[in-house]
Amino acid sequence: MGKSRTKIVPTTTWSAGPGCHGGCGVLAHIRDGKLVKLEGDPSHPWNHGRLCARALSMTQYANHPDRLHHPLKRVGERGEGKWERMSWEEAFDLIERKMNNIRETHGPESMVFAAGTGRDIYPWICMLAYAFDSPNVMFALTGNACYGPRLAAVDTVQGDYSVFDAGQWWPDRYDDPRYEKPECMIIWGYNIHATCPDNLFGHWIIDLMKKGTKIICIDPRLSFFASRAKHWLQLRPGTDSALAMGFLNVIINEDLYDHEFLERWTNGAHLVRKDTGKLLRESDVSVEGSSANYVVWDSKREKAVIWDTTAVACESQDISPMISGQCKIWLADGKETECHTVWDAFKDEADKYPPDEVEKITGVPADDIVRAAGFYARSKPASIHWGVAVDMTPALTPLVQAISCLWALTGNLDVPGGNVTARLAFDVAPYALPGSKGAIRLRSEELDKPRIGKDQCMPLNKFYWRSQTDMVFEQIFTGKPYPIKGLWLQTAGIMQGLGMDPKKWREAFKKLDFIVAVDVFHTPTTQYADVVLPTGTFLEKDSFRSWWVPLQSINKAMTTDECLSDAEINFELARRFDPEFKFESLHDLFDDILKPSGMSFKELQKKGWAYPPEGSSSCPYLRHEKGLLRPDKKPGFRTPTGLFELWATLREEWDLEPLPHHEEPPFTPVSRPDLAKEYPLILSTGRRSPAFFHSEHRNIPWLRDIDPDPIVEIHPKTAKAHGIGHGEWIWIENWMGRVKFKAKITPVVPTWMIMAAHGWWFPEKEAAEPSLFGAFESNINLLIPMGHQGKDGMGAPIKHLMCRIYKYTPEEVTHG
Amino acid sequence: MAKKHEYGLLIDYEYCTGCYTCQIACAQEYQWPAGMGGIRVNEIVQQLPNDKAYLTYLPFPTELCVLCKPRTKKGLKPACVTHCMSGCMTYGPIEELAKEMTKKPRMVLWVPK
Repeated sequence: MGKSRTKIVPTTTWSAGPGCHGGCGVLAHIRDGKLVKLEGDPSHPWNHGRLCARALSMTQYANHPDRLHHPLKRVGERGEGKWERMSWEEAFDLIERKMNNIRETHGPESMVFAAGTGRDIYPWICMLAYAFDSPNVMFALTGNACYGPRLAAVDTVQGDYSVFDAGQWWPDRYDDPRYEKPECMIIWGYNIHATCPDNLFGHWIIDLMKKGTKIICIDPRLSFFASRAKHWLQLRPGTDSALAMGFLNVIINEDLYDHEFLERWTNGAHLVRKDTGKLLRESDVSVEGSSANYVVWDSKREKAVIWDTTAVACESQDISPMISGQCKIWLADGKETECHTVWDAFKDEADKYPPDEVEKITGVPADDIVRAAGFYARSKPASIHWGVAVDMTPALTPLVQAISCLWALTGNLDVPGGNVTARLAFDVAPYALPGSKGAIRLRSEELDKPRIGKDQCMPLNKFYWRSQTDMVFEQIFTGKPYPIKGLWLQTAGIMQGLGMDPKKWREAFKKLDFIVAVDVFHTPTTQYADVVLPTGTFLEKDSFRSWWVPLQSINKAMTTDECLSDAEINFELARRFDPEFKFESLHDLFDDILKPSGMSFKELQKKGWAYPPEGSSSCPYLRHEKGLLRPDKKPGFRTPTGLFELWATLREEWDLEPLPHHEEPPFTPVSRPDLAKEYPLILSTGRRSPAFFHSEHRNIPWLRDIDPDPIVEIHPKTAKAHGIGHGEWIWIENWMGRVKFKAKITPVVPTWMIMAAHGWWFPEKEAAEPSLFGAFESNINLLIPMGHQGKDGMGAPIKHLMCRIYKYTPEEVTHG
Repeated sequence: MAKKHEYGLLIDYEYCTGCYTCQIACAQEYQWPAGMGGIRVNEIVQQLPNDKAYLTYLPFPTELCVLCKPRTKKGLKPACVTHCMSGCMTYGPIEELAKEMTKKPRMVLWVPK
């Protein structure tokens, strides 16, 4: 064997392949243009040579016989599975013609661009949509309920996101002298080590546990972390916000909070009017006052003092702001009003959640809440990290506010080992937004006006410019206020993983004039496309990764037949749609986006990865003290007040509750006792398998061997009561329909809940309808509705539905 | 004369998360078809009193494990140990590994055939 024939290409994982949110350094062994082995790169500070099952299966993925190799045109009806091969030129011409026709007849906004989980493909989807002049980029999950809402909600109160600290900011990681490990870490609704979502390497937490970090695990299901936790709080799904409020209650009443942080860095001292229940603004007390300024009470001089949000300071120095208490204020209209402080209002809200009340809501024993909250608050430093369970409830914003307040009030924000402010490395922003000054943006504000949900979902205007998915879905059927005619699907497996109520999505697809799907394999979703374009894995593209730190290059190691990378496909079409498109080549575009790093793409490729230096806004710690977070360089946070906002001024302006609180989700035994009579079990879904990323990898033999069937976990007592045995097939049913799952009898779930795996389809089955790769057999999304998003358009009930279960009859086993 | 067994695999099952990396690393290294391979991960859910349970994952070297002789000859670690996500596997001389076992509980030492 000629060893010399094997070329080793170092690159970074992200997107098609392992499916995760990437970051691992890998060495691709390429022989005769084909991948023969993929190994972890031992010199890479992210993973230190470690690698997951999905990345290690890349030879079976990249060289899979079912890969799409050529552009395809649909020749039968949608869903018939009949295709004809096309050249790229024919495909691009056809797409250009069809999409231009939609643009000219109905307007660019009639074309929606759908994306899925966070990948380096998102910027290129935005690039294409914006080159086409459409503002409608949609993350195709109900309530946009994954990650984005969490980001937006944290941004609302602290102006930046934050993540747990595993020293990922420096090449020498845990050994860096600036680093300190957390004494305690709360893992909230997260099985992170299974799939590494959200731009973090899950096993960093195992590293920390070995170094002595103690775990508090908040999860209804016994996970690895729950098994090894100092405190495991097994809550009823959907009651997370009550638990978080219970934690705040304990921490405030036991005086375990950081008084200095509260007084210096939060808007706790700002005054709230008792008559209106709103913040007292400068415009309330003086006619020429600004509504963007707030008021504090100087208890030394007994008078009101303005908090100037431009100066990020009080107008007078040497004052003693009242943090708790009442005062009377003369208003500009000559009336007097009574005020109290934000901190008092916040405490009043937290007082509604004493541990024994929280026990009634969550099912977590009051003593456990007190002990866990106390342990978290007394541990220095301590961090919290949360999973998508936090997004998958309609009142996610108040929940995220509550959890953010926990890390802020315990003095753990942007400290070593705490919740560290997460910025894109060197401020290189590939996830371009219409308002941004980056390379990829809409031509004008005007073009953003028809964005679906813009009027009603304010976080989507302030933090990330997406369409609201449930509203797009509805508009496909109603055609109001304007018709939706075309859909671009890229990284968006709506039929098999991303779409709730997938049978209705199928109807939606059938209403559209033109659909393009870009994918690596045929899936149930591609069956509804008019054109299917073959793209490559992460090994088949040049790209880069800028999602927190470090900045990394993704280097093309191989090609597969005619497959083009997602970026290449979208680049060519963007050039065709936008006569002013200014980039000559993809590398030109990369260079432009990478400018803030001071590196060209080629230079980044040579380094492989790069860490921002001390003093950069993407290098920790305590950046709010150093003036590294705000555009004006003043100390403080990038919020309207410049402070961490216990009372969210933006939420007040949007007519939403400004304080964190609990809201019972729409489909629980508490909110719907009527339904509970027929559907007595809580249906939860989405537990992670290390073999799969959502709906991917069912066709990879090594991985399918690990997790061969759609599994529903049922507690032994519940199984016995239903006469269900281990390994038997059952029906899970609710008012929306029923799906077939294989029972795994295990005490990892409580008696009152079942956990059904998500993303199931069967690539080995017939593609054409009615089989549709078995997409309607075991897809749990068939039991989850669209249209129950939160008040701000964010969040949806995905992990707490209701159901009943029963055995498959012997006839069904034989014929099913 | 019986062959002398010098090397083994030490597993710290307190930290095995059931990521299946070892299983796939082996399959990739020796191009085993699905269902075969030198190591398999087992899930053990132990019911405890008061409706509690404990979850353990335990990699088990099968009849196909060769302790990665082709790799160790070149000074490399076995494929499973190299990629193990939680760093809970150690390859080495049996005596040395046995000494490691005195330092903490929840360890098992495998000496494959």
